[in-house]
Amino acid sequence: MSMPAYGDGGRAGDFDSSETRGAATLTKDAAPGEVLLKVTGLRKHFPIRKGLFQRRVGAVRAVDGIDFEVRSGETLGVVGESGCGKSTMGRLITRLLEPTAGTIEFEGKDITHLGVGGMRPMRRDVQMIFQDPYSSLNPRHTTGTIIGAPFKLQGVEPEGGIKKEVQRLLSVVGLSPEHYNRYPNEFSGGQRQRIGIARALALKPKLVVADEPVSALDVSIQAQVVNLMDDLQRELGLTYVIIAHDLSVVRHVSDRIAVMYLGKIVELADRDLLYKTPMHPYTKALMSAVPIPDPRRRNARSERLLLDGDVPSPIAPPSGCRFHTRCWKATQICTTTEPPLKELRPGQRLACHHPENFADQAPQDTILLSAAKRTTEPGTPGGRRTAGTAGG
Amino acid sequence: MTEPGRSGAPVDGPAAASPSAASPAPSAFLDVRDLRVHFPTDDGLVKSVDGLSFRLERGRTLGIVGESGSGKSVTSLGIMGLHTAGRYGRRKARVSGEIWLNGTELLSVGADHVRKLRGREMAMIFQDPLSALHPYYTIGEQIVEAYRIHHDVGKKAARKRAIEMLDRVGIPQPDKRVDNYPHEFSGGMRQRAMIAMSLVNNPELLIADEPTTALDVTVQAQILDLIRDLQEEFGSAVIVITHDLGVVAELADDILVMYGGRCIERGPAEQVFHEPRHPYTWGLLGSMPRLDREQQDRLVPVKGSPPSLINLPSGCAFNPRCPYADVPKDDLSRTVRPELTEVGDRHWAACHMTQEQRERIWTEEIAPRL
Repeated sequence: MSMPAYGDGGRAGDFDSSETRGAATLTKDAAPGEVLLKVTGLRKHFPIRKGLFQRRVGAVRAVDGIDFEVRSGETLGVVGESGCGKSTMGRLITRLLEPTAGTIEFEGKDITHLGVGGMRPMRRDVQMIFQDPYSSLNPRHTTGTIIGAPFKLQGVEPEGGIKKEVQRLLSVVGLSPEHYNRYPNEFSGGQRQRIGIARALALKPKLVVADEPVSALDVSIQAQVVNLMDDLQRELGLTYVIIAHDLSVVRHVSDRIAVMYLGKIVELADRDLLYKTPMHPYTKALMSAVPIPDPRRRNARSERLLLDGDVPSPIAPPSGCRFHTRCWKATQICTTTEPPLKELRPGQRLACHHPENFADQAPQDTILLSAAKRTTEPGTPGGRRTAGTAGG
Repeated sequence: MTEPGRSGAPVDGPAAASPSAASPAPSAFLDVRDLRVHFPTDDGLVKSVDGLSFRLERGRTLGIVGESGSGKSVTSLGIMGLHTAGRYGRRKARVSGEIWLNGTELLSVGADHVRKLRGREMAMIFQDPLSALHPYYTIGEQIVEAYRIHHDVGKKAARKRAIEMLDRVGIPQPDKRVDNYPHEFSGGMRQRAMIAMSLVNNPELLIADEPTTALDVTVQAQILDLIRDLQEEFGSAVIVITHDLGVVAELADDILVMYGGRCIERGPAEQVFHEPRHPYTWGLLGSMPRLDREQQDRLVPVKGSPPSLINLPSGCAFNPRCPYADVPKDDLSRTVRPELTEVGDRHWAACHMTQEQRERIWTEEIAPRL
């Protein structure tokens, strides 16, 4: 009996690349390309206005000074909890939002403050896939209109006409060309997300920013879309920035990963380094919080690091290292001095005074703060606490 | 594994599904027999739950997993008696079968009786605490209300009890926070407050419907810990409904996998994760990237999409998506609906493939890829 394999949900023949799988995974980790996108000191503060004259009383510091670059052909994953600024970051680099400070360079060209007209040629190269496949498609437009819109906006006439190209795109993302005249409500969530992907790919962009592309989908459909994005990257040489909160999905899709906390990148590292030897205490806590789908490993959760409380408000972030209020390793220096993001090991950048799996950056500073005392049980560094504060 | 109060296995399985009219009160704490929840709509009858049977003892946790539309939430609302409360005649659900809770059959005793049990004997934690909590009342007022409906106590005593519960679920400064409104709480704290409200009457059955789906992963870990600790303390029976296999693996003793309104596999958590006997369960496990394993090259998704509940595929509801649909002979998968059969100790699966075929496919083809 031949082994029937689970398909990708795509129409047979249109997009079957399972044979090329082995070769492709090799090339994916090949030498990184040149820098496609470079972000320096990027900030976005949303003003809070109050009173009759809408006086500015403060600001939500959604993104508060981040630096990173995206290399051609790679996938950069961005993880963090809600409110850490990862979606704002995505909207800044696609210039859907105007940055407060900092610069964004795309292929060496400064696009930080380009206007709508100035950005238009750029839009061909930078596209976005949105989280919610229900609200990101106009319910009154047919699939054909939705996927064909980029051509009309850019004044591009693809070879063979727009309709033919749209039908080709439909088959590329695993839908059928007959779906051309259907409306979004006739599709399931996974199929809608495929339409969103087809639209993003219409102009053959260089960079695709995907904000939680699979979090609204069911588990089995999630895997289909993840595989589809993987295949498309390989076929079309795409560069991805994938923003997600699910650490296992991010590990699966990314080459490098940025961990964000309260508007800052706290760790930026190659995937395997990050998951094998996370250096930032927050990264470590984040990973240990992911439930393991294996009942036999249930006892392993005694080693789980349980963070105290919630993420502080980005309106008034803590001084020094922003994580110090929840960190079990925090010392005096963490409350006063903000650790810079620096490369401690090739391929692993980090902003921490007291990293895990590495030499301490501030060894003279040894007095643990109270957060540490609450979080850590005596003798076991980073031991598990019982939930809440009620017990002790 | 010893289970107090659990009778022998026979009735636990498909046998319990026989809709015999005058079945005697069961010995199990919660015994759901052949539950059906159908919704008449303009497009046809939506069979959200179509013949579901399971049992649950005090102190045990049952995890119900499935994709959206598999009927898991409808099941929980059915047990809580929240379907018949619908005021919209056209949408009124048709619930049939038997739900025995502690010797009482809930579908036949009438809405008033169920209302007395709801909150006291059985309580529910909803997915989205912001929409489940009333925005106009303080957290304290809502907990006090839940308590005083079932207990004849004064406001002061009830308030004291509310503070005590908030303290128990780990809300800092409970005597102050009790007067806060839901919007003043963070997402994790709201979920804690909701847990406090559902546990205020010491219910014996707690249904948690996607309790952590709306929460961040670090907060999720806190809430899972809390649910587990509270169960140990109160000894309630818990049903956890989720699409996240990780959450189920953390909490559940037994797992029930739903597909198209029916149970397709049920058994002890360890067996369902390590010796699953249904292709859909294999598909779920293969779809999921895992942090505890080496990086996979590629995920192995289930092809296609979940079925329409109005027009389920004939035969096995999973057959259009099943890569092994042709394995059973005589085209059984497409013509005959498979019943749950015993495949291990307290472990059932509904599949036409023989036990040997499934064991072979699992060990040779599926398990090595996971």
